[in-house]
Amino acid sequence: MAIANPADRSPSTRKYSLESGIPPIVGRLAFVAVAIFAILLPFLFDPISSFLSDCIIALAFVIMALGLNVVVGFAGLLDLGYVAFFAIGAYAVGWFASGFFVDANVHIGVSGFITNLPGIHANFLIVLVAAMILCMIGGVIIGLPTLRLRGDYIAIVTLAFGEIIRVFAVNGDAISLPFGENSNLTAGVNGITPVDQVQLPFLAPFTQLNLRPWYWLILALVFITLFVVIRLRDSRLGRAWIAIREDEVAAASMGVPLVKTKLYAYAVGAAIGGVSGAFQASYLNTVNADQFKFSFSIFVLAMVILGGLGSVWGVMVGALVLSFINSYLIPDVFRTVPKDLFGLDFELTDLGFGIFGFLLLIVMVLRPEGLLPEKRRQIELNEDIDAGETSFEVRA
Amino acid sequence: MSPSDAVEQPAAEAVGKDVLKTRKRVELAPGAPLMDIENATKIFGGLTAVSDVTFTIPQNAIVSVIGPNGAGKTTFFNMLTGLYKPSIGRIAFLGSDVTGVRPDIITRMGVARTFQNIRLFGTMTALENVMVGQHTRMRAGVWGSILRTPRVRREEEKVREIGREILAEVGMPKSSFDQLAINLSYGDQRRVEIARALATDPRLLLLDEPTAGMNPNESHQLTALMRKLREERDLSILLIEHDMKVVMDVSERVTVLDHGMKIAEGDPATVRADPAVVEAYLGKQG
Repeated sequence: MAIANPADRSPSTRKYSLESGIPPIVGRLAFVAVAIFAILLPFLFDPISSFLSDCIIALAFVIMALGLNVVVGFAGLLDLGYVAFFAIGAYAVGWFASGFFVDANVHIGVSGFITNLPGIHANFLIVLVAAMILCMIGGVIIGLPTLRLRGDYIAIVTLAFGEIIRVFAVNGDAISLPFGENSNLTAGVNGITPVDQVQLPFLAPFTQLNLRPWYWLILALVFITLFVVIRLRDSRLGRAWIAIREDEVAAASMGVPLVKTKLYAYAVGAAIGGVSGAFQASYLNTVNADQFKFSFSIFVLAMVILGGLGSVWGVMVGALVLSFINSYLIPDVFRTVPKDLFGLDFELTDLGFGIFGFLLLIVMVLRPEGLLPEKRRQIELNEDIDAGETSFEVRA
Repeated sequence: MSPSDAVEQPAAEAVGKDVLKTRKRVELAPGAPLMDIENATKIFGGLTAVSDVTFTIPQNAIVSVIGPNGAGKTTFFNMLTGLYKPSIGRIAFLGSDVTGVRPDIITRMGVARTFQNIRLFGTMTALENVMVGQHTRMRAGVWGSILRTPRVRREEEKVREIGREILAEVGMPKSSFDQLAINLSYGDQRRVEIARALATDPRLLLLDEPTAGMNPNESHQLTALMRKLREERDLSILLIEHDMKVVMDVSERVTVLDHGMKIAEGDPATVRADPAVVEAYLGKQG
C-alpha cells in the first residue's frame, strides 16, 4: 500500500511546537517579579483586612488546583471527588490538633496554653505530614477501583467516593471509635471547633488578629507545591503520565506499569489536596461536614479547566480568578448591584453558581484550551489525538 | 561482550553500574527457543480469533507471520505482548512461563513491539518518545525526581544520550530529534516507533506491518535495518507483513495464518509454493 503523493503522507500539514515563543529569561523574570509582589503584598493591607483573608483562601485554592491538576491534567484521570482530600486533610487537623478526643491527653511539639488542654495536640507540621499520609492512603483507595476504568467511568467512581467521604463526615458523630466514650469519628455538621492555631518553630503562635503569618505560610506552601509538581512533571514519572494520558496501550507496551503510575498520580494529587485541607481547617478554625460538598470538587475542577488542563501556571491563574470572584468580587464588590442598578430584591451572592456557569461557558467558547493552555494539551485538542479509541482493554 | 550491551556499556563505565537498571541477562543454551508458544488460542465471545497455534521463535532469527486480512495476526501479536491473555495455551519466553503476564512486565523481560497503526505519543518529541521506551531501564522514583538527586540527573542525561544514539541508529536525521511526533513524516514515525521499541532493550522485537504505507525504497531500507539490528543487537525479530517481497526477502521462516489457524510453515520458498497458502490468498482453483 504505497501512497503516491508525498504531501499526503505527512499526518499534519501544520507544524506544532512546544515552544511558547516567550524567551525563558522573560518567563523567569516575570516569575521572580510576581513572587516578590506576592511576598510583599500583605504590607499593602491591614493585618486583619478581609481582603488579606480572601488572598489566603485563594492561595489555599491554588494548592488544591495544583494537586487536582496532577490527576486530571498530567495523568488524564478525571476526578470528580477531590473534595474527599479536603475533608481528610481537614479531619487530620480535627483529630490531631484539637480537643476533639477529650479523653486523650497527648501533646507533641506544642507550647503555650494548648499544653493544658485535653485532646490530641500535635504540631502543625506533624499534622501536615499526617494529612498527607492519610490522603495518600485515601488516594490509593479511590484509585484502585478506577484502574480498570476509563474516561467518564472514572469520573463516576470518583464522584461517588467524594460523596461517601461526605456522608461519613456528616454521620460520623454516630460512629464510635474504640477509644472511650467520647470518641466519635467526626463531629458531623456541628463541626470540630475550635482547632489549634498554627505553631511553627521559632515563630510566635498564629492568631486570628494578625493574618500576615497565615498568608506567608500558605504562600510558602504554594511555592513548595509548585516546585514539587514542576519537578514531577519533568521527570520519568511525568513522562509516563503523559504517555498514559495519550495512549494507554502504547504506554503499557513500552513498559510503563499502568497501575503503579496511575496510583502515583492519585497519591500525589491527594497529598497536595490534604495539605491545603489541613491549612484551611486551621485557618477557618473549624472542621465541619457541611464544607465537604460535591460543589467544592466542581469548583476546583473548574479552576483547573478554566486555567488550562495540565498547565501549572494556567491552573494557578484559574484558581486565583475563580477564588477571588467567589470570595471577593461577588460578595464584597458587586453584591448590591441587582438592587442598586435594577431595583431587584436579591443579592448577587444568590446567583453565585449561575455566574460561574456563565463565565465557564464564555471561556470554553472563546478559549477552549483554558486561559494559559498547556502546549501538549492544546495540540491534543486541535489534532484530536484520542487515547480512548482503543478497540481492546489493557489488562491492568 | 554481547552486541546488545553495546549501548548500555558506556553508561556503566561513565557513571557507575547503578545508574541504569541493569537487567540480569538470561543466557539461553544455544539452540533453545527464545519464545515458545504452545496451542495459543484466543476466543472472543463466539469468535475464535486465533486457534491452537504452536510456534517457536529461535534466537537471533527473523521470522514472519503472514495471512490474509482478518487471519488473526495482530491478535496473535497481542497475546505475545501480554495485551491479551490467551484463552487456552501457554507462552514461554526465555524459558519462563509468561502466559497472562502484564504487558509492562513482558516488555521489561525483553519483548518490544510496534503497532500496525502507528501509536506514538503524538505530543512528545521523537526523543521523548524514545525516553519513555527506556522507562523500565530507569530507577528514578518520586522522591528522587522531586529532589533531583545527582543520580537522577545523571540517569536523565544518560537516557537522553542513549535516546539520541538509538534515533541515529534507525536513521533519523539529527534535526528531527526534537520534533514533535505528529510533525514527522510517515516513514519517520515508523522509524521512531522502532527506535522507541529498541529503547526498551529487547531480546525479541515484534514488528506489526512496519512497511505499510512505505514506498519500495523505504521498504528496502527497513529490510536492511532489520538485518543490521539482528546482527548488532543479537535480537530476534517477529514480523507481520503484507508485502510479500519484504517477507520473502528477509525472513528465514514464514508461518501462514488463515482464519486463526496455522495452515503452513517453512522457509519462504516452500511456503510460497504450498497449495493451501495459494488457496488462502487467491481462493480455490477451478
